[in-house]
Order: sequence, then C-alpha cells, then structure tokens
Amino acid sequence: MRRWFVILVPYLWLLVFFLIPFFIVFKISLSDIATAIPPYTPTFSITDIGGFFSQLDFENYTFIFQDSLYIGAYFSALKIAFFSTILTLLIAYPIAYGMARAPREWQPTLVMLVILPFWTSFLIRVYAWIGILKKEGLLNLFLMNLGLISEPLTIMNTNTAVYIGIVYSYLPFMILPLYASLEKINPALLEAAADLGSPPWKSFWQVTFPLSIPGVLAGCFLVFIPATGEFVIPDLLGGSETLMIGKTLWNEFFNNRDWPVSSAVAVVLLLVLVVPIVLFQRNQEKQREAGR
Amino acid sequence: MTYSGNKRGTLAGSLTLATMLACGVAMADQKEVRVYNWSDYIDEEILTEFTKETGIKVVYDVFDSNEILETKLLAGGSGYDVVVPTGQFLARQIQAGVFQKLDKSKLPNISNMWPEVSNRVAVYDPGNEYAVDYMWGTTGLGYNEAKIKERLPDVPTDSFDLLFKPENAAKLKDCGIMVLDSATDVLPVILQYLGLDPNSKAQADLEKAAAVLEAIRPNIQKFHSSEYINALANGDICIAFGWSGDILQAASRAEEAKNGHTIHYSLPKEGTQMWFDMLAVPKDAPHVEEAHAFINFLMKPEVIAKASNYISYANGNLASQKFIDESILKDGAIYPDEATLKKLFVLLPYDAKTQRSVTRLWTKIVTGQ
Repeated sequence: MRRWFVILVPYLWLLVFFLIPFFIVFKISLSDIATAIPPYTPTFSITDIGGFFSQLDFENYTFIFQDSLYIGAYFSALKIAFFSTILTLLIAYPIAYGMARAPREWQPTLVMLVILPFWTSFLIRVYAWIGILKKEGLLNLFLMNLGLISEPLTIMNTNTAVYIGIVYSYLPFMILPLYASLEKINPALLEAAADLGSPPWKSFWQVTFPLSIPGVLAGCFLVFIPATGEFVIPDLLGGSETLMIGKTLWNEFFNNRDWPVSSAVAVVLLLVLVVPIVLFQRNQEKQREAGR
Repeated sequence: MTYSGNKRGTLAGSLTLATMLACGVAMADQKEVRVYNWSDYIDEEILTEFTKETGIKVVYDVFDSNEILETKLLAGGSGYDVVVPTGQFLARQIQAGVFQKLDKSKLPNISNMWPEVSNRVAVYDPGNEYAVDYMWGTTGLGYNEAKIKERLPDVPTDSFDLLFKPENAAKLKDCGIMVLDSATDVLPVILQYLGLDPNSKAQADLEKAAAVLEAIRPNIQKFHSSEYINALANGDICIAFGWSGDILQAASRAEEAKNGHTIHYSLPKEGTQMWFDMLAVPKDAPHVEEAHAFINFLMKPEVIAKASNYISYANGNLASQKFIDESILKDGAIYPDEATLKKLFVLLPYDAKTQRSVTRLWTKIVTGQ
C-alpha cells in the first residue's frame, strides 16, 4: 500500500502539473482565434462534444511551417542555446575542478558561494548586466580608464550580451553537477596514473575527464534545455536582431493575441526539446544504475 | 496588587479581543475597489483622499503594457473593478464583451468632461457608453538637446525628418536611437508622415511605411517600449520615438539627476497619433458600485488636475484645466494648441487578419527576417 502511494505521488504530480496543462495547450493549438473571452473558439462543452471535436484542426501547425519566421526563430534559439552551453561548460569546468581539488573544509563554503546569487532575483541580476554592459556602463568605463580601448564597445543590445547573460545566469547549473561528479573521483586513481608515469595533462584526459562525463552531460542539458526557450535575457540584453523562439511566442500571444498559434509554437518547441530531454533522462538513469 | 493587576490584565485582554472583533467585522464590511492602472500614472495622495472621503479601500495594482492587461481581461476573472486600457485596445475588448456599460446616473461628474476628447474616443466606444477618459497624449520624438545640436545643428526638431530621413538618422547612430517596439504605434505615424491615411489597412501602404523604417533600420540601436525612458535620461541614447508622457518623465528624471542632459519632447508638425487611456469596468467586476464611485471621484476637476500636475499628462476633463499648473497647461507638447490638435489623428483597431500581417511586417523590420 505504502509503496503504491510512493509511486503514485510523482505520477500524480506529473499528471496535474504537466500532462493536463499540456493537453489544454494542445487543445488550444487546434482552435481558431476569436474576439471573445477566452480569445479562441471552440470552447469545450459537455453537451456538444461531437461538434467541439469537429471544429478542431491542425491549421495553425501548417501556418507556422509555411512562414520561415518560426523555423528561423527555432534554429536561432537552438544555435544560441548550443553555443552558450559550450561557453558555460568551458568556464564552469575549471571552476568545478578547482572546487573539487580545494581543501575539504573549504568545499561547503565554495558550494555556498556558487548558490549565493540565487538569493537575488534573477530579473534584477539580468538588469544589473545592463548597467555593466551599456555604452556608459561599468565595463566600458573600466576598459577606457585602463587605456585598453579609446571608444566605448557596443555590447549591450547585441547577441554578445545575450551570450554573456545566458552564460552568467546558467553557470551554477553547470558547476554543481560537474563538481558533484569531479568530487567523487578517487584521488588514488590519479596517484596510480602518476606512479605509472603518466604526465598530469594525460591523466586529466584519460582519467579525470572520462569520469566526469556524467556531470558534463547533466550540466549541458540543464543549461541547454531552459536556454532554448529563454525570453527574459534576449528581451532585456539582446538587440532587435536577436531572434529567439521565446520572444516569437511572446509576440504571438501578446501582440497578435493569437492564443491558438502561440500554443502551436509552444507545442512544437516542446517537441523540439523532447530529444534532449529524453537523452537527459537516459543519462540520469544510466548514472543511477552505475551508482548501484 | 497582584489580584488587581491580574484583573486589569484580563480587562485589557478582553478589550483587545473586542477591538479585534470589531475590526474583523469592519474589515469584512469595509468596501473596497480594485484598480489596475499603468505604472507611475497617479499621485498616490488621490487614493488616500478617496478612501478618506468614501470609506472605500483602494487596492491598487499596476501594469506596463496594454498586452498584459488585455491578456488578463481576455482570460476572464481578473478580479479588477477599474482598468485603464488604451483606445484601440478598449474598442476590441468591448467587442469581445469584456466590459459593462457605465451607469451614468452614478457618474454626475461626467459633465466636467471635455467634448473634444469625448468625441474623439467615441470611435472606440460609440456613445461613450463603456468608458471615460483618464489621460491622453501623443507619440513623438524625445531628444537630447546638446547631442542633437552638436550633430545636426541645422535640422529643425519639430519635424519627423529629424529621425526618418536616412541622412539624419545616420548622423545620430553613434549617440543612439530607440524606437517603440509596437507596430500599431509606429507604422500609422509614418503613414501620416508620408501623407497617407494613418488608418490605412492596404498592404501596399503599410509596406511603404515599413520601407521608411527599413532605410534607417541599421542606425536604430533597439526597438523597445520602455527602455528608452532611462536611456534618454542617462544620456545612453540621444533620440527616441516614444510616448509623450514617458519622454517628459525622462526629461524630469534627467533634471533631477543633474547629469547635464536636457531632454525635450517634440510633437512633430506633420501630425501624430493621439492616444487615450480609458477608465472602464469589467463585466465580472466584484465591486461595481465602488468602481463607479472611484471613476466619479477621478472626474472631480481638482482631483484629476492633481493627477495631471503630478504625472505631466493631459486629461480629458475640461473643468479641471483651471486647476492645472500653468507650466503644464501652457506646454504645447502636453496640451497642444488648436491648430496642432487638428493634425492629431485617432487610430482605429485592426481586425485580426490585418493585425497579423502588420505584426509580421513589423517582425521583418525589427529582426530582418
């Protein structure tokens, strides 16, 4: 009985907070836009179930595949998410490595420092970057005072600013799983490698890195998946040419008031992300099995 | 001693309890009105005065875009009693059945309203049945006096040529240009600038307007509907196509900061859009009676004048004009003269299909896709 309950809770959670909302969104994506409350038709009615279903169609999906805007926005979002994931990995790895090699008694403090930014609202931290990156901002003032540049750099409102924003915001999500897998590596393995004459860089590539791959994968998925649908960072830091699917979805929903098309965009976005999500799940399971 | 002290304690305790009960009853009984208005759009003293006069508590929330408000209204059950959409949005929301007709018998102060404004807003709300005007304004150019003078000393600032002529825009690129990220606010103004009908729905006309923007597109730093306020005030940009009130707000922020930037609002001579923010009551408002009391209070000449004096926007209340500060009433950028007023046009809402093609055109201008 108790076992059933334990199994039931997560499934119930998924049902109520994922599956049902998804079906509502999916249903709206098959409707048509209307000037009414709510702004789509048909609305579900128990009395006329047949009529309700006959009015649903896939028109909105054909629409988003006919206009290059949407496909362009998906690709652009995937591209930005992909490169920011790689950048985040490159920055996070040395940090996590340093943390894992630090004296034992420092490590809780270091983990704490990584988590610390979460105590400030995400939105405020992104706003703070505006102050740093803008033309008369801190970064430009600093570089100009050092005499490294004579003209202020235009970083704000470009894709560069979006990359900086994403890398900054998602860095902890990369560092923590990396640290978790690096910290588990038995130092005796490296000693053994050294005893057998392996130089440190070779031990890193042949021992440390392969053992940290589960952490690398977990971190990459944790960054890549949310970064693809990111809206706040490109809106605040990006320029007008920054095209991302999150922003396109926002436009459909708020500017065009087209709930059906924006729902279709959301469903397709989910389908696009199903592949990395499934891979992530597999990776997690593999790790769990390996841990057993 | 102990005994009496104890007794006093008990007495005090029961008194507290009685007060609490009384308060509880009063709270359950206290009337309230839930208002959803634009951010930075009222003198908060007005709310306190309203509660003092009527005993109705005001729950005051703010939004920063019509789209956010509209989404809440269309989803239904917003819980608000008074909301403030802009004209074109109001028109569509009336069509969607969002609002209830105002009970004019509960709005005696409506006689103070300004026919000039009431007539214009009738295109959105025929017969002024659903809404009364709160504030109105225009869209135009906000600019940094010194930076423009330095780059374009001979170009007059009272014309859209300042921004829409590519050779001018090119000279302003280095000091920064921002434009509202709103197709419905920008394209009609360009149509007017080109001498076309600002309410034209013809694709050919709209594309002509788009071409004007595309020609200056490489010089525009960003399309955004609120960032330009701070950017102008801090001197990060030198010109913005934006809403009158926002630009005047940037001007006063720059003045307060004493950062050496002087910001002006220009209402270009070609004529521009006149927009109206309207007070309306949703159909499912929980406190209809109180909503009317609140709207009626806002139509008191000295009350709405206080709001205008505080936020530097023109209102639609004629009787209030004698209470408005000279500096605001005489400012042609806020209260334009008769001749300029004639050149201001009123925008009609687009139907869903035109809206989609306009938004698509806009995306193409903004992102190049």
